[in-house]
Amino acid sequence: MTMPLTGPLLSVEDLVVEHRTPGRPVVRAVAGASLRVAAGEVVGLVGESGCGKSTLARAVCGLHGTASGRILVGGHPVTPLGLRRRDRALTGVQMVFQDPYSSLNPRRRVGAQIADGLRTAGDTATQPADLLERVGLPRAFADRFPHEFSGGQRQRVAIARALAARPSLLIGDEPISALDASAQAQVARLMRDLAVESGAGLLFISHDLSVVRLIADRIAVMYLGKVVETGPTAEVWADPRHPYTRALLAAIPSPDGAGVLPAELPGDVPDPADPPAGCRFHPRCPLAMDVCREREPDFGPVACWLHAPEPPASS
Amino acid sequence: MSAALTIEGLRVSIGGREVLHGVDLTLEAGRVHGLAGESGSGKTMTGLAVLGLLPHGSESSGRIEFGGRDLLRTPERELDAVRGAKIAMVFQDPSTSLHPMLTVGRQLTEHMRHHLGLGRREARERATGLLAKVRIPGPEEALKRYPHQFSGGMRQRIAIAVALACEPEVLIADEPTTALDVTVQAGILRLLRGLCDDLGLAVLLVTHDLGVMSAVADEVSVMKDGLVVETGARGQVLREPRHPYTRSLLDALPVPPGENSP
Ligand SMILES: Nc1ncnc2c1ncn2[C@@H]1O[C@H](COP(=O)(O)OP(=O)(O)OP(=O)(O)O)[C@@H](O)[C@H]1O
Ligand SMILES: Nc1ncnc2c1ncn2[C@@H]1O[C@H](COP(=O)(O)OP(=O)(O)O)[C@@H](O)[C@H]1O
Ligand code: SF4
Ligand SMILES: [Mg+2]
Ligand SMILES: [Mg+2]
Repeated sequence: MTMPLTGPLLSVEDLVVEHRTPGRPVVRAVAGASLRVAAGEVVGLVGESGCGKSTLARAVCGLHGTASGRILVGGHPVTPLGLRRRDRALTGVQMVFQDPYSSLNPRRRVGAQIADGLRTAGDTATQPADLLERVGLPRAFADRFPHEFSGGQRQRVAIARALAARPSLLIGDEPISALDASAQAQVARLMRDLAVESGAGLLFISHDLSVVRLIADRIAVMYLGKVVETGPTAEVWADPRHPYTRALLAAIPSPDGAGVLPAELPGDVPDPADPPAGCRFHPRCPLAMDVCREREPDFGPVACWLHAPEPPASS
Repeated sequence: MSAALTIEGLRVSIGGREVLHGVDLTLEAGRVHGLAGESGSGKTMTGLAVLGLLPHGSESSGRIEFGGRDLLRTPERELDAVRGAKIAMVFQDPSTSLHPMLTVGRQLTEHMRHHLGLGRREARERATGLLAKVRIPGPEEALKRYPHQFSGGMRQRIAIAVALACEPEVLIADEPTTALDVTVQAGILRLLRGLCDDLGLAVLLVTHDLGVMSAVADEVSVMKDGLVVETGARGQVLREPRHPYTRSLLDALPVPPGENSP
């Protein structure tokens, strides 16, 4: 691992991001989340739909302003994209979206779009076809338009385009969920290999835990705007500690042919405009105690009173 | 157990290209039949053929036997009484099944009034009951709301309620949980299994997720390039697959080598 002496490649500290719509209550989509990604490291960010994963990713890319907290990329603070030139911290961040159409222009040949990325990086030696080859596509595909590819191929093109800009941090927001199982595993592995090979960090966002398990060194579990558990993937998988992480893992059906229905987690993700007091998970938690309804467990690596670094004052 | 629906030698061509090359499948009342296979293998086309909803300009041959007749040779007008009523479908994206501009109540009752000839009051009562059955909290109140006012998992439950409105005998569910979180998926799978057990519904569950298949399917069929290459009991197909293609699907599962699932 090529970790710079200055600390982690990406550091998100106590980040708060709000969505404001006139006439509606403020939605605090990210409510004090912390996260780190080192160079050459793959971190998987998982959590239920609406928990704030994409909002966090967009803030890291400078596509969304922050209410408080800090985002540092390579030690430089990220400020939202304004009228001024692209932030210096951001030139090294590239994002691949779930729907490749939102990162690819449907009316331009893919070779030309990859060439844009190469120009950003000031790379005059690499050809667009070289990058297509790296993502496992024939060189001749550079002359094609995005609609001339299958879903899996299009996702590879989007990855090639992102890599062309030589990012130090690659962010994939559900980059594979439109693909079938075997293509998902292939594309996820490809993203991992290419990121690690080039010494970049990868923040891989997905609601598919089995794929995250396959490629992530560390896993961060998000619930209602907060990262509630982080740890090495194998450790979290073998011994999930936060009750929410446990519920998530228990809900994955196993393909063992045994006909066992997965356990259900009752209730929906609460409205982030009106989060529960105390621990945000308490209305759905089978282990909730009195302290959970009153005080927020504001610590890591497991934000749960059952795993407090010091026992809470009795209440 | 008798066959609720039998597909024999189903061939479908779209624009002169044959995409199904003789599909055989049998659905039984009270059983979930899982249909697996890679994208493009013809799972969705098989479901659409049963409902007579193939894309314009498609040609089909073979037999789809349901209620003593061959649906491929049933006049369009009679088919309308079967489609959506006796045989219902749920899609991957609940917004395909639900109309965004109509209240949930309207979508549920209009169906019943059209197919079952129920009066307004009666239809409303049944609709409330259906929403309760798919476990939508506050069903009475929910009837007045629009689809976008519910979460993704609740929308899929509502889509299932709409599909059940006319007491179908066969339910075709095409990737009904693929777009959902695992926690929400678990609820939908339990719901489907329960409906099948309680109402004796015959379910064709299309999914590429072999974990989902393993959780709810009684029988499993695997499709490849427009053909069913393997059919058998869940345990047999997932544990001792006979066809190399099924083996390769199982081998492609994203589990790190040398590790077992928890
Ligand atoms: N532009 C917006 N305006 C107002 N609220 C928003 C906006 N975008 C997202 N939200 C809200 O912020 C919260 C977090 O949304 P976000 O898109 O970050 O979730 P996510 O974890 O990426 O979910 P998914 O898995 O469905 O992609 C949700 O409650 C969502 O409804
Ligand atoms: N509307 C359509 N027009 C023409 N061909 C189609 C259409 N929809 C699907 N096909 C083709 O039919 C075949 C089977 O597709 P489909 O049933 O959707 O597969 P699956 O559901 O297994 O992913 C594929 O070759 C696909 O390209
Ligand atoms: S803090 Fe309490 S409510 Fe929250 S997850 Fe832990 S035990 Fe459950
Ligand atoms: Mg998202
Ligand atoms: Mg399909």
